[in-house]
Amino acid sequence: MKYLTEYRDPVLAAQYLDEIKKTVTKPWTIMEVCGGQTHSLVKYGLLQMLPKEITMVHGPGCPVCVTPTHLIDRAIYLAKQNNVIMCSFGDMLRVPGSEKSLLQAKAEGADVRILYSPLEAVKLAQQNPDKEVVFFAVGFETTAPANALSVIQAHQLGLKNYSIIASHVLVPPAMEALLSDPETVVQAFLAAGHVCTIMGNSEYYPIVEKYKVPIVVTGFEPIDLLHGILMVVRQLEKSEYKMENQYARVVRERGNVPAQEAITEIFEISNRMWRGMDVIPQSGLEVKEKYALFDATKKFNVPLKETKENETCIAGAIMKGLKKPLDCANFGTLCKPSHPLGAPMVSSEGSCATYYHFYSAINEAEKAEV
Amino acid sequence: MCLAIPGRIKSIEEQKEGYMRMGKVELGGIVKDINLQLVPDAKENDYVLVHVGVAISIVDEEEAKRSLEFLQQMNELDELYNSPEEPYDKLSTKEERVKQGDEIINKMMS
Repeated sequence: MKYLTEYRDPVLAAQYLDEIKKTVTKPWTIMEVCGGQTHSLVKYGLLQMLPKEITMVHGPGCPVCVTPTHLIDRAIYLAKQNNVIMCSFGDMLRVPGSEKSLLQAKAEGADVRILYSPLEAVKLAQQNPDKEVVFFAVGFETTAPANALSVIQAHQLGLKNYSIIASHVLVPPAMEALLSDPETVVQAFLAAGHVCTIMGNSEYYPIVEKYKVPIVVTGFEPIDLLHGILMVVRQLEKSEYKMENQYARVVRERGNVPAQEAITEIFEISNRMWRGMDVIPQSGLEVKEKYALFDATKKFNVPLKETKENETCIAGAIMKGLKKPLDCANFGTLCKPSHPLGAPMVSSEGSCATYYHFYSAINEAEKAEV
Repeated sequence: MCLAIPGRIKSIEEQKEGYMRMGKVELGGIVKDINLQLVPDAKENDYVLVHVGVAISIVDEEEAKRSLEFLQQMNELDELYNSPEEPYDKLSTKEERVKQGDEIINKMMS
């Protein structure tokens, strides 16, 4: 077992598709929460292969996409300061703020670096004691422990020149926000497997009960997604609503407890603005006052101005599953990954950007249906 | 962004004072230094799920097989329905048999 290629077996995928076709009798709308899942569904052509009764809508699941513009502007402002090394994950650097992206700031001479891990940023701070190293710490619950560990490590080493801009969003409050919208079309969820690897399943039982909606914690490979969809459809067809775990090989019922402890050591829950949506109560993480020295937003005084999103962008409706990327008049014309108008086009895991990359395949499939 | 991939732990380093638990993990043919602080029970040769340089879970081999064998088990259940020795066959309607099969599957899944 390598735990990867086995889950890309086309024969097994066909068998799953066949089983889904046999099971489904009515139209169902299912939302996959995570952008990584959207990416796999489109990349492996699963959207076109599913029976036409099943509509997959794509959730807000990309933390890079939903990072508010003003935080990016703040990072760019800091990156331009002489003694600052600004670093983050690759996809964050490409995302435009109100004027430019961090990569453009780099082209203009700012010291901006792409790192694989926040722990590398701590090393960088150790190696450059005369510089301020700032890590743009973006992520869902999946990434929060790594970002928290970086602060814990810097604290243990007594580093004074390391800080983070925390742009952390939480998934369950966003799912609740979607479900409580009277316009919602979502009848079931594939929950984000790696978020649950950290947090466990407990947060979803109340949502299942309150909104009577099936939730299946699902992985990211084609077989995982098809298995998850089959589990959801079986529930829907029987008018059941349960919390089930497709991704039990890595998701434990209680999640990863040491990881949760690292998060609560460094962060506290706060209200959070989601790019393309609104402020969602209790849906973000901020650095605790105790660790304020490691909070770049408190450590440095940055003149802040709030910026407005493009008004013709339908990002909100797309991220709630009400519209598809191809429903937008700006798609592929005024709005492209190179100059996005809104959140889902900004990173490769946003649903609009995913559609843009695989546009020709999707377009052909939709024509074939008509 | 939430991309995480499985890799095998090749070796676990002795923990240095003030530093976290680290190890060498083989990820698709590449060996990287990975933080093992959040998987205290992980041993050499275990597969762990790695996200941004940090191992966040130990991959459970038994559970890993379930997705791959799920359909096969479903088909075996179908065969059970059709076998005359089995009590399921005595149930008169298809709905009842499906219900019974689902109960077995649910037991297997839990």
